[in-house]
Amino acid sequence: MMEPTAYLLLSGILFGIGVVGVVARKNALIILMSVEIMLNGVNVAFIAVGSHLGDPTGSIFAFMVMTVAAAEAAVGLAILIAIFRLKETIDITELSVLKW
Amino acid sequence: MEPILFILFGAIAVGGAIMVVTRKHPMASALYLILTLFAVAAIFVLRQAHFLAAIQVIVYAGAVVVLFIFVIMLVNVPENKLPVERMTGMRLLGVVAAGLLILESAVLARRYAVPAGSSVDAGSVQAVGRALFTDYLLAFEITSVLLLAAVIGAIAMAKKKI
Repeated sequence: MMEPTAYLLLSGILFGIGVVGVVARKNALIILMSVEIMLNGVNVAFIAVGSHLGDPTGSIFAFMVMTVAAAEAAVGLAILIAIFRLKETIDITELSVLKW
Repeated sequence: MEPILFILFGAIAVGGAIMVVTRKHPMASALYLILTLFAVAAIFVLRQAHFLAAIQVIVYAGAVVVLFIFVIMLVNVPENKLPVERMTGMRLLGVVAAGLLILESAVLARRYAVPAGSSVDAGSVQAVGRALFTDYLLAFEITSVLLLAAVIGAIAMAKKKI
């Protein structure tokens, strides 16, 4: 089996692309998708190191990350629908009620 | 064989992720997100993590992305009312910071040197199931409570009158 270095690099690249999506986009739906990409990048690192060490703990942690990602998507999208019903927009720069 | 498949699926995953963050319409992003998630599932298979690969396809591509597509159709912003994306200085700084993050992870990944373990099937259904229901039973039960909280929160949020 390959050394995990290349997998860790792939993990970092996926996480970085997710960060770009979160900081550079205005569409709230695409920001939530970018968060999913970031969590997937973290999962790649967990799986790569877990299988390298021959320990199922890596898979367990990735499993927990996936659960949290599913919960986050459900609640985040529900919040998005509530906001859209209230403001008729998904542009995050227009949602500045809490801004001082 | 593994390096070739890794490069193939890694390139698909990275390309799909780039398309997700650059498409204008969220529906195109959601479809490219499915591509990325399937490529990541293939990478899990390359690392012998078969259980996680199956969960990735069922939970992510099967449930989370369907939820996204449902919401895109429910919200249904017309093409000309989508947020206008402009490249301001702040955003450019954010992209530069993300590039530095990737560079830093590359440096750290090159330094990673830990001797390999002995077990070869650490990601099989049997090994993961045994660990999940013995050593990590409490974490597993707490996960179910988290999902219950998410269900209640989502229903409460999406109700007509809050």
